[in-house]
Amino acid sequence: MSKLFIKGNEAVIKGAVLAGCRAFYGYPITPASEIAEAAAKYFPQVGSTFLQGESEVASINMVYGAASAGQRAMTASSGPGISLKQEGISYSAGAELPLVVIDVMRGGPGLGNIAPEQGDYNQIVKGGGHGNYKLIVLAPNCAQEMCDLTMLAFELADRYRIPVVVLTDGFVGQMMEPVELPEPVTEFPQKTWIVDGTAKTSRNLISSIELEPEDLEKHNLKLQEKYKKISKAEVRYEEIQTDDAELILMGYGIVSRVLQSVVEEARSRGLRAGLLRPITLWPFPAKRIQELSGAAKLFFVSEMSNGQMVDDVRLALEGRRPTRFYGRMGGVVPTTGEILEQVKKIFHELRT
Amino acid sequence: MRKDILQKPKSFYDTFFRKPGANPQSTHYCPGCGHGVIHKLIAEAMDDFGIQERTIMISPVGCSVFAYYYFDCGNVQAAHGRAPAIATGLKRALPDSIVISYQGDGDLAGIGGNNILQAANRGENITVIFVNNAIYGMTGAQMAPTTLVGQKTTTTPLGRSVENEGYPLRMSELLATLKAPVYIERVAITDAKHVMQARKAIRKAIQNQIEGRGFSMVEALSPCPTGWGVTPCEAKKWVAEVMAEYFKLGVYKDKNGTPQNGESPPPGAKREIVTTKKEILALLGAKEEATDHKFTQLQAGENYQNPRIKIAGFGGQGVLLLGRLLSEAAMLSDYHTTWLPSYGPEMRGGTAHCHVNISNKRIGSPLVSEADVLFAMNLPSLDKFENEVRKGGVIFVNSSLIQRRVKRKDVEAVYVPATGIADNLGQTKSANMVMLGAYAGYTGLLSLKSILAAAESVVKRKEFKKVNEKAIKTGMEFVRNRKVKRSESVVELH
Repeated sequence: MSKLFIKGNEAVIKGAVLAGCRAFYGYPITPASEIAEAAAKYFPQVGSTFLQGESEVASINMVYGAASAGQRAMTASSGPGISLKQEGISYSAGAELPLVVIDVMRGGPGLGNIAPEQGDYNQIVKGGGHGNYKLIVLAPNCAQEMCDLTMLAFELADRYRIPVVVLTDGFVGQMMEPVELPEPVTEFPQKTWIVDGTAKTSRNLISSIELEPEDLEKHNLKLQEKYKKISKAEVRYEEIQTDDAELILMGYGIVSRVLQSVVEEARSRGLRAGLLRPITLWPFPAKRIQELSGAAKLFFVSEMSNGQMVDDVRLALEGRRPTRFYGRMGGVVPTTGEILEQVKKIFHELRT
Repeated sequence: MRKDILQKPKSFYDTFFRKPGANPQSTHYCPGCGHGVIHKLIAEAMDDFGIQERTIMISPVGCSVFAYYYFDCGNVQAAHGRAPAIATGLKRALPDSIVISYQGDGDLAGIGGNNILQAANRGENITVIFVNNAIYGMTGAQMAPTTLVGQKTTTTPLGRSVENEGYPLRMSELLATLKAPVYIERVAITDAKHVMQARKAIRKAIQNQIEGRGFSMVEALSPCPTGWGVTPCEAKKWVAEVMAEYFKLGVYKDKNGTPQNGESPPPGAKREIVTTKKEILALLGAKEEATDHKFTQLQAGENYQNPRIKIAGFGGQGVLLLGRLLSEAAMLSDYHTTWLPSYGPEMRGGTAHCHVNISNKRIGSPLVSEADVLFAMNLPSLDKFENEVRKGGVIFVNSSLIQRRVKRKDVEAVYVPATGIADNLGQTKSANMVMLGAYAGYTGLLSLKSILAAAESVVKRKEFKKVNEKAIKTGMEFVRNRKVKRSESVVELH
């Protein structure tokens, strides 16, 4: 197939169509609106539903309904809208509904701004809604992955009956890059648990309520079991020149692209830096971090936030190696040059 | 005969197996509560219409959160107030199912006020049963949006006051003002006569959905003796005498299935639906690999390879498009490439800029902080970005609009009167295309063919095709016909 030159946000919807997503319910917000716009364009043409909900809260609940009916369904937003969707996300996690949420992060807190940021890490990876739940969180860093990981999101959601979030940022959403479309998915898992208005499913119940404490604990334990299984099977990451790295750089989304350039610059100066980029933010590549902590002397984490993922890096390291954090906020994207300066300083320290 | 009358509807479970506790035969509702009666009216209708298997009951938050204990059909439990949104997702996925949104007053008129309003306004083909007992029963008798003025609740211990809480909401009247709903009626669960009226209304609301007529809602004034702190008999009396005084019973909307004059909605745009793999890929823009859309990479001078490009100008100069075409041409020539716009309010007037990377290798940061190439389409752009160009980089200056020279002495400056050239071609807007041609001609990185192919695929309006092509070619020729003047390290093109 020939390549398309498209925005990350558009790639999301092309991936969703190819993954057989049957319903999109959403609400406009910069910098995620192109996702809804693309859905409005393509979904009706393949016989799928597109509806602009009256709010983010309504949209996620429409997705809840569609997922209950067995459809592959999705919504998309950015920080302020995701905050509103947290109610529905918690209910979906409780009811074990497979659905996909795209979060194209922008500056916060509050209305913040529309520039790219990564301040939603905690509210997505740590659970912004109530209760003992986890979401699978995928972090694309290019337009091709916006397509591919959206498709993967639907697959994982169905495989584990779990909401999956594609967590990305304004730059990855707005940036245009060549994308090669994969083949459309034609085989879908059978879902026996759904409520689809037929005799076969008429005794099914989609619910997150368990009145008796012992029953709810049992339900929670079942969820934890599932999460354990996922954290064993679904960890994904990418490494660049980590083999002999003294310094491991870590970042996700657009920052990982900057770090890739930093690694190239550092290597050209004889500095042995490598990049570990989590593709799944949950499950987090904790084991790989531990493995790399044998040879690497220090872990450097950069985020466009006040330092949220770095907590997970520290938890994974359990004090084995020191960490450094470099963050920018408010929509400022760190440049290759400014991170390179940090890296040079660290190498200087390591040498003396 | 007697046996038939006392029969439990088949649409109820025989034994309420989901209900915890000692007695799985009886409901969890209090004596004298209206929910049980309303449940039974719905279940009987499900039996009689033969829709049990295709019915999906949505339980709200409130006392009827456990409606799924009783209804032997597909059940979906909803977050507080969200039942109409969930019903929308369900019904649109399953047009043949019968979706019943069962909601209380706090749920429907309070926290879910907008959800019911919008679902009604969209005319969702669902049935809403709205149980109004003027109180939050489940959480301990707090005030509801429908609590009457003066009524004492645990959060209005002195009685609801208009000054503090406002007037009770009349939802049936409110929703009846909308164009879309087909049927809205308020009934009361009091004496046999009124229950029979409620029975009729619920049947009609369900039948409307079966017949695909649209949104129907039955509001049932319903006793809550426990919440009100009265006996069941007193509660019924209060519904009949006090509640029904403020919430008048009756039909608020009944389109009766026949669109009245001017009420038949205009037909929506019809679309062809594609289903095959090939059609879907084609719809999404994928083309079979075509050899005529592959262009060989040119051997550009070392200084011009793998450029990180910044393009800046004011809104309307087409700087974003210029960048896109560079990237698209690069992609068609099998380079890695990225295009990153400034987005948001900046796009709407003021200045705009974009970042383009073209490389033989996978591209790291798409952000161009130190540019190899700068396109300055106006003076503010040159002022802002001149110092961000790397030593030895190239600045393309739109000399029609920028009167000054490049101050730096360690870069190559290419002065192109792009706007002037475009004016001469009769299309001021194609100054960006002149610049594009100048870039290709000067650096030799991208072939004319690849740029023309890029323009063809990106610029959809045919009237621009010819003039754009001409502008690109003119820009290219312009730089080729100029002499390069070198003095010290400065390369200037005049």
